[in-house]
Amino acid sequence: MYKGLDYYSFDSLLSEDEKLVRELVYDFVQADVLPIIEEHNRQGRFPFELVQKMGELNLFGANLPARYGCAELNSVAYGLIMQELERGDSGIRSFVSVQSGLVMYPIFTFGSDEQKEKWLPLLASGEAIGCFGLTEPDFGSNPGGLVTKAEKVTGGYKLNGAKMWITNGTIADIAIVWAKLDGVIHGFIVEKGVKGYSAPEMKGKHSLRASVTSELVFEDVFIPDSNLLPNSRGLKCALMCLNQARYGIAWGVTGAMIACYQAALDYSLSRKQFSKPIGGYQITQQKLVYMLTEITKAQALNIQMGRLKDAGQLRFQQVSLAKRNNCEVALNIARMSREVLGANGILDEYPVMRHAANLESVKTYEGTHEMHTLILGEDITGLPAFDN
Amino acid sequence: MNIAVCVNHVPDTAAKVKVSEDHSGIDTAGAAWILNPYDEFAIEEALKIKEKTGGTVYVLSFGPAENNETIRKALGMGADEGIRIKPGTAADSLNVARALAAQITALDCKLVFTGKQSVDYDNGIVGQLLAELLGYNCVSVAVALQIDGTSVVAEREIEGGREVIQTTLPAVITAQKGLNEPRYASLKGIMAAKKKVIQEVEAVTMDPVVVTQSFESPAPKTAGKILGTDVQAVPELIKAIHEEMKLV
Ligand SMILES: Cc1cc2nc3c(=O)[nH]c(=O)nc-3n(C[C@H](O)[C@H](O)[C@H](O)COP(=O)(O)OP(=O)(O)OC[C@H]3O[C@@H](n4cnc5c(N)ncnc54)[C@H](O)[C@@H]3O)c2cc1C
Ligand SMILES: Cc1cc2nc3c(=O)[nH]c(=O)nc-3n(C[C@H](O)[C@H](O)[C@H](O)COP(=O)(O)OP(=O)(O)OC[C@H]3O[C@@H](n4cnc5c(N)ncnc54)[C@H](O)[C@@H]3O)c2cc1C
Repeated sequence: MYKGLDYYSFDSLLSEDEKLVRELVYDFVQADVLPIIEEHNRQGRFPFELVQKMGELNLFGANLPARYGCAELNSVAYGLIMQELERGDSGIRSFVSVQSGLVMYPIFTFGSDEQKEKWLPLLASGEAIGCFGLTEPDFGSNPGGLVTKAEKVTGGYKLNGAKMWITNGTIADIAIVWAKLDGVIHGFIVEKGVKGYSAPEMKGKHSLRASVTSELVFEDVFIPDSNLLPNSRGLKCALMCLNQARYGIAWGVTGAMIACYQAALDYSLSRKQFSKPIGGYQITQQKLVYMLTEITKAQALNIQMGRLKDAGQLRFQQVSLAKRNNCEVALNIARMSREVLGANGILDEYPVMRHAANLESVKTYEGTHEMHTLILGEDITGLPAFDN
Repeated sequence: MNIAVCVNHVPDTAAKVKVSEDHSGIDTAGAAWILNPYDEFAIEEALKIKEKTGGTVYVLSFGPAENNETIRKALGMGADEGIRIKPGTAADSLNVARALAAQITALDCKLVFTGKQSVDYDNGIVGQLLAELLGYNCVSVAVALQIDGTSVVAEREIEGGREVIQTTLPAVITAQKGLNEPRYASLKGIMAAKKKVIQEVEAVTMDPVVVTQSFESPAPKTAGKILGTDVQAVPELIKAIHEEMKLV
């Protein structure tokens, strides 16, 4: 039975099948994610055993066409999937975001028919895992400056360079790698096991511990002609992928907010200090009301954003606004929830500290809070604040 | 073989239920509605049999338009066709069963699944009534089932063991927890279900045999009284049973 937070009857804006999709993912998270996630988080391990199941549920590339084995959902249903996954854990949502928005989407959008036929069904079922390599050690917020380089050789390309912070890198069967060919950014499919390619895992994370983060290293890696994404040309194409993923993040973090709010509300009603439950004191109520209000606002943004996306009217700046806002308030809510739980808030018996730590990454990746501020600043003033 | 699964759309019993102001029913405002949990086992069993022997699984639900949500959930799990029977006036368990039986006959289903009980009214009789109305054999509260041609072997949990029942089709089976592990729907299943049209039919209406006079909440529990915690308290307890509670 689905339990959410719906203070403003947004459910009345959802269709029957959108609600069923949400309930399906909710049930999956309750039954298969929550019981194991703390232990994986503690061990710093991605729950690999969930991949097959997520494939069977059709969670990967869920908005892509049925002919590739995908569920062909609309954007709102896609967003609801992300929301429910991240109620479980941002790392699980990240896995699905990367697979769907950053690997399947670029193959679908910029790939050849052959590439689509070959890879999309495998990625949809989870038989193949993908990653997306844009960020480099020296180019994070400024990916246009990236230095990974592809050179034309007979029958293909020679790739040299390194990527960093790549979700799923070590476990990926294919990497979508963005590199400069004659000074212009293009996307390439790099297959696991090719000579000169390695993907060591990055260790020591305090955040997204149930997600794999890796470096990608390319030393004279040969990429056949057939693995260039033929329609990818320019940084814009990479940013189009990020826009898909940011859309999912705005929904996803709303799930983390709901999880933290519910933990805080439950705790505030059961924990007694002085004469009554701490939920009966004004300062606690103020925190709970802040959470409720921000979640409700995020839900309003998300649903309208989804409807605009389906109507083909969503601007990338609008996605920036939602990503920026929702990540910020999600982190505030997680921290506040941690406060309401007092000392218990730091224990992994409760999900809030894990969410709070995860959300630090989520606020940073797919464009930092500051980058989205600058995107929006440019949009409303017409004056770009980036330097060239 | 055509298989019928009867599913009910019920209030989530995890939530608190309130009696309506006029005492004619429960206050449904704000209640969350779900597929009756026992009916999930019924659907799963029907799907398993269909996967083995082929056939068509029909999902039937008697109730208002909201029941379509529950029908869609069953379709998302893999059932083939959904039929909603629009209620006439009064609907006691017998009228629900009559309406279902009329459809089952029309669809020529020789195997019928229901849940062992519906968690709204908890009567636990629709399945048995159906069998009687249809003239089918019936195994209630089944925890295991084997169908081979027209032979049916089912197990029921009884005190201290299991009862094995052998019968033949046509039959009605009422499903108990443990019969199987209900599957998840898949997103593709949900999307395929979305494209299906739920057929809507009128119920045959007859006078109900059960008429509900009114609904009352149970009286609030009064605080218990602890007379003592060891053998010393026994005489006082006996006295209380006789004099205060007047039980014997
Ligand atoms: C767990 C995790 C997973 C990730 N997964 C992937 C992945 O799968 N694929 C991928 O390609 N990348 C991935 N990333 C990388 C992520 O996108 C980058 O970390 C992010 O873009 C920021 O880059 P940076 O860390 O180099 O920070 P920097 O760009 O060095 O920024 C540092 C700080 O400076 C600020 N800053 C930078 N420029 C300006 C400016 N002009 N004005 C004001 N402030 C500025 C930033 O906002 C930030 O606060 C991941 C990161 C993490 C943490
Ligand atoms: C519009 C409407 C009006 C009603 N009015 C009255 C009323 O006036 N007085 C009254 O007492 N009750 C009324 N009811 C309740 C109705 O009698 C019960 O919902 C129904 O009989 C199920 O409860 P039960 O305990 O008899 O089912 P059980 O016998 O416990 O259910 C066993 C199994 O039968 C099947 N089943 C049960 N109900 C349905 C159904 N509706 N559709 C398909 N399969 C089903 C399921 O598989 C279930 O697991 C009304 C219900 C509806 C929908």
